[in-house]
Amino acid sequence: MVKGHQSFIFESKPVILASATSAGPFEAQGPLAEDIDLIHDDIYLGQDSFEKAEKLMLEGAAVKTMEKAGINKYDVGLFISGDLMNQIISSSFTARTIGIPYLGIFGACSSSMEGLSIAAAYVDGQKVKYVLTGASSHNSSAEKQFRYPNEYGAQKPPTAQWTVTGAGACLLSTQGNGPKVTGATIGRIVDMGISDPFNMGAAMAPAAVDTIEAHFRDMEIEPDYYDIIVTGDLGSIGHKITLDKLIENGMRISEKTYKDCGMMIYDSKKQQVFAGGSGCACSAITVYGHFLNRMRRGEIKKMLAVATGALHSPLSYQQKESIPCIAHAVAIEM
Amino acid sequence: MASNKNNKLNLEQQKYQSFAQKREPRRPLLSNCLKAFISGGAICVFGQLLHFMYIKYFSFTENNAGDPTAATLIIISVLLTGFGVYDTIAQWAGAGSAVPITGFANTISSAAIEHRSEGYVLGVGGNMFKIAGPVIVYGVFSAFVVSIIKMLVNYMGGI
Amino acid sequence: MEKIIWAFIVGGLICVVGQIMMDVFKLTPAHTMSTLVVVGAILGGLGLYEPLIKFAGAGATVPICSFGNSLLKGALQELEQHGPIGVLTGIFKLTSAGISSAIIFGFIASLIFKPKG
Repeated sequence: MVKGHQSFIFESKPVILASATSAGPFEAQGPLAEDIDLIHDDIYLGQDSFEKAEKLMLEGAAVKTMEKAGINKYDVGLFISGDLMNQIISSSFTARTIGIPYLGIFGACSSSMEGLSIAAAYVDGQKVKYVLTGASSHNSSAEKQFRYPNEYGAQKPPTAQWTVTGAGACLLSTQGNGPKVTGATIGRIVDMGISDPFNMGAAMAPAAVDTIEAHFRDMEIEPDYYDIIVTGDLGSIGHKITLDKLIENGMRISEKTYKDCGMMIYDSKKQQVFAGGSGCACSAITVYGHFLNRMRRGEIKKMLAVATGALHSPLSYQQKESIPCIAHAVAIEM
Repeated sequence: MASNKNNKLNLEQQKYQSFAQKREPRRPLLSNCLKAFISGGAICVFGQLLHFMYIKYFSFTENNAGDPTAATLIIISVLLTGFGVYDTIAQWAGAGSAVPITGFANTISSAAIEHRSEGYVLGVGGNMFKIAGPVIVYGVFSAFVVSIIKMLVNYMGGI
Repeated sequence: MEKIIWAFIVGGLICVVGQIMMDVFKLTPAHTMSTLVVVGAILGGLGLYEPLIKFAGAGATVPICSFGNSLLKGALQELEQHGPIGVLTGIFKLTSAGISSAIIFGFIASLIFKPKG
């Protein structure tokens, strides 16, 4: 059901039966390692390219999710997935392996929540019994495609972020036990003229502000409705900008409830990640792993996950375009 | 340059950008320059020592000892790139590792190594000059323009 | 001995110029290197780079601007000997060692090494 201008309430409350995450060795050194199901100590996963490794990571997360739910892949009605690669090859090749009817999406780093909101809409609206959704990213393949060769000596500024190597997936169902997806707010493109690809936090913050405000406006609730509001990968700079902007605009939100996956997935004191983590896997691993586990343990009852994405390409940057960004919010309640 | 950009932005965007800039950590310019000075200077000193070595022990002359010196620095840079060490050094050194000829070798070797997964012809061969290309193109073109200008100046009687 | 000190200072200063270009003017490394190469060629044309090399030795020959100077020097040498066509035939004369080594050893590196991420 449509609520307000750009939000949806999923009345049948699709259930997240299971979720699984995979990650690389660098993420294993971070504070959320306990909540990661498949940890790989080789960023190549034994493959001969980073792109092939990323595919295997997403596959691993998808297969593990279905295993945890006890559902056979032939019973899954839909697979919705996205990643950072050109033509989203990681998702498409994973879909080839698992053979489920497939919708590929591109939301850059907002793919995880974009996928979850579409999946919930299919379960709630079309009554598809099981829908699998996921997202992945790989630091080395993202650097190769968007920035410089991995061994190239370019000095990163303090506003840069570290793309997370990993994948996360979850299985939605019309019935069962588990956290429930109760609503979603689909974001609009917001572009504040920032064109520096080494400053994604500042570029994406306005989109996060726009979607978060739209969510509370549409749903006619206050921020204290949620125990946790978490953005995908704004990093320390984008998080600060978003918090200040929301407070300036009159929202009663505080640092106690508002967190950012990019700041949580790495230990910024021990790991050199500049402003924090980024990439589709950042929100996927933190939400599908850490936060859903906390919900299952009863520590969190209501969460708003807002994944943010920067929708530029290396070409648009070279053509002197700025970076259009988007944020998608999904409400998950126990 | 900053004001140029602001002309293309509307008022809301300009206000946001100054809002954001207040919350961004500044690039540590002074310490970056110091690190670049030290590392760039050190690489040049190393090059000078190589230069002396080639003259003394390998019977090169002052004129042509520059070639083996450059080749040696390039080989070392390629090895450091291959072992995955160069980018770590460069994060500290900044322009101190990018500006010397070692930086040039790093651009070529890092691109070559990166794209071997796409094959040796189109991958390595086709992508090797991804970052070094502009240096060669602009170097050659500017040398061409300057020599033409010099030629015309001489032709017209010299200055 | 004195040359080593000047090599350190001049080489370091040129790198500081590059650092300022990257941090203050927000140029990418490729833009910075290209600009320095062009500056090297122009300074060579004005007859200022050769004295710098005599003075600072490797402090002037190791930075990438010397590449621009060498490209120009080769062109001018051929220009003098063989006339206008020399501009085309001479450009890579003096820089052959640098470019060839970079290509050859870069290719060999791609045969041996894999990116470490």
